[in-house]
Amino acid sequence: MTATSEISAPGMTGPGYPAASFAEALRSEWTKARTVPSTRWTLITAAVLGIGVGALVSALSAHQYARDTPSARALWDPTSVSGAGLAIAQLAIGVLGIMIITSEYSTGAIRTSLAAVPRRGRFLAAKAAVIVGVTFIAAEIITFTAFFIGQALMSGYAPTASLGQPDVLRALIGCGLYEALIGLLGLALGTLLRHAAGALAVLVALIFVLPAIAAALPSSIEHSVEEFWPTQAGQQVTVVVSAGHSLSAWAGFGVMCLFAAIISAAAFFALNRRDT
Amino acid sequence: MPEGSVGLPAGGQKIEARGLTKHFGATRAVDDLSFDVNPGLVTGFIGPNGAGKTTTMRLILGLDGPTCGEVTVGGKRYRELPAPMREVGALLDARATHPHRSAYHHLLALAQSNGIPARRVGEVLGIVGLEAVAARRVGSFSLGMGQRLGIAAALLGDPAVLMFDEPVNGLDPEGIVWIRQLMRDLAADGRTVFVSSHLMSEMSVTADHLIVIGQGKLLRDEGMTEFVESSMQRWVLVRSPQLAELTAELSKAGARVRPGTDHSIEVAGLDSPAIGDLAAASGLTLHELATQHASLEEAFMDLTHDSVDFQVSEPAA
Repeated sequence: MTATSEISAPGMTGPGYPAASFAEALRSEWTKARTVPSTRWTLITAAVLGIGVGALVSALSAHQYARDTPSARALWDPTSVSGAGLAIAQLAIGVLGIMIITSEYSTGAIRTSLAAVPRRGRFLAAKAAVIVGVTFIAAEIITFTAFFIGQALMSGYAPTASLGQPDVLRALIGCGLYEALIGLLGLALGTLLRHAAGALAVLVALIFVLPAIAAALPSSIEHSVEEFWPTQAGQQVTVVVSAGHSLSAWAGFGVMCLFAAIISAAAFFALNRRDT
Repeated sequence: MPEGSVGLPAGGQKIEARGLTKHFGATRAVDDLSFDVNPGLVTGFIGPNGAGKTTTMRLILGLDGPTCGEVTVGGKRYRELPAPMREVGALLDARATHPHRSAYHHLLALAQSNGIPARRVGEVLGIVGLEAVAARRVGSFSLGMGQRLGIAAALLGDPAVLMFDEPVNGLDPEGIVWIRQLMRDLAADGRTVFVSSHLMSEMSVTADHLIVIGQGKLLRDEGMTEFVESSMQRWVLVRSPQLAELTAELSKAGARVRPGTDHSIEVAGLDSPAIGDLAAASGLTLHELATQHASLEEAFMDLTHDSVDFQVSEPAA
């Protein structure tokens, strides 16, 4: 049997080989993320929604501006108008974060992955780094594209924003930061719940449903929910003109970071304790 | 085979289980297992379906945590291995891969996670004969191709310890012959090969050593030769019109007797000539005296009979 000499790769085994580190896990997770079609499709969906809806909202709002009341005009924020599509695109971003882990559970690939990288913290951190990096870059591309298209569409009908105006650049970069946290939340929820549908339901509840329910509460409670609810607070970093009861841009972002960190820690403890 | 071609550490790596126990709720899937799996041998891990073979392998890989006891590979717990795929290669559930990823990328991601050079991916695809379909999505693979891909993944890190859970499942006859030879070659290299099956016939042609479990408990841990000798028990079918008297005489002589069908008895502990002589000396008539052999499969079923989870109840005659 000649196969024997082929099976082994002399020099690879034995005490001489290097220990695997976080860098190896990260490289592996990046390969995994870029070699499944679902990554491409969710990002294309995010781009179409983010840019398309942003353009539509920009055109419609700019035409409405002439008939707006002075108080409405005071809150006119051309940066968030052109970025309106991200409110919907964030669902695709969240789905990407969810799928990167739940697809491993639904196919059973999680067992192969954890046999290859048995340190659960390293495995999850590598996935988190990939999802945060990919969603941040994708969201920035979407944000800046939507910004320039939106401002062009609004020009001549309503005041527009430019990168040189105060807080505009911060808000545009803030969009990427916020979306990256949404991607991370998706990963953490997917890890905790192990099922895409359940994780998405919780994510939608966090972003849309619970804040909407809070709007029905007495105004004193409503205002503090509006101020401190993690996803609402996190959105402060994405706007130039903030309305009503809200934290400052970075304080709000800090609240959302803290929330994402808590859910991620819970995901790590669950992954570390559970059988696979 | 060329000597020393592999450069495995002298002495090889052992799998050592000590009091390994895993409960799922009230079920004791693995119940106080202690055994060693040694290098240079193919060790068969056999038991009926549901005996705890897969759970034991998952405990070895740190996928499940033991309720108590422990299992180590080369003296270390799996989760503490610095680059686990370089030391342990495992085929558990071959289909447990993302169906939309190509075979090449599946193996590449695994190789990268343990710092194994990318060229090794091409090598293992060659060993298992999947080079031609390397770019195809894993979801389009047949069961046998999936099995070969799982084996390729196990071989990636050129590990000293290999574990295969039911590797012949889904393989065609040619594939079965191939994997048997592969396991023999891996063991001949000095590697530790641990392979599970629920088929005694499969084990009898590949394994040098057997670990038999039933309902999570260790039933046997011995060399294949010893297992065959102790299991290939002979017994003698005896027919006689004077069964009662004959049974009494045989028992007196130390034989074990159990009633057979149709006015016969089955005798163990005495061979045919001895039984014939005894009958003649006692003046008893014999109508039939025939030596019977139990097959290895029967011996295995006998051994694990009490520990089968889902028995087919025999219809009332």
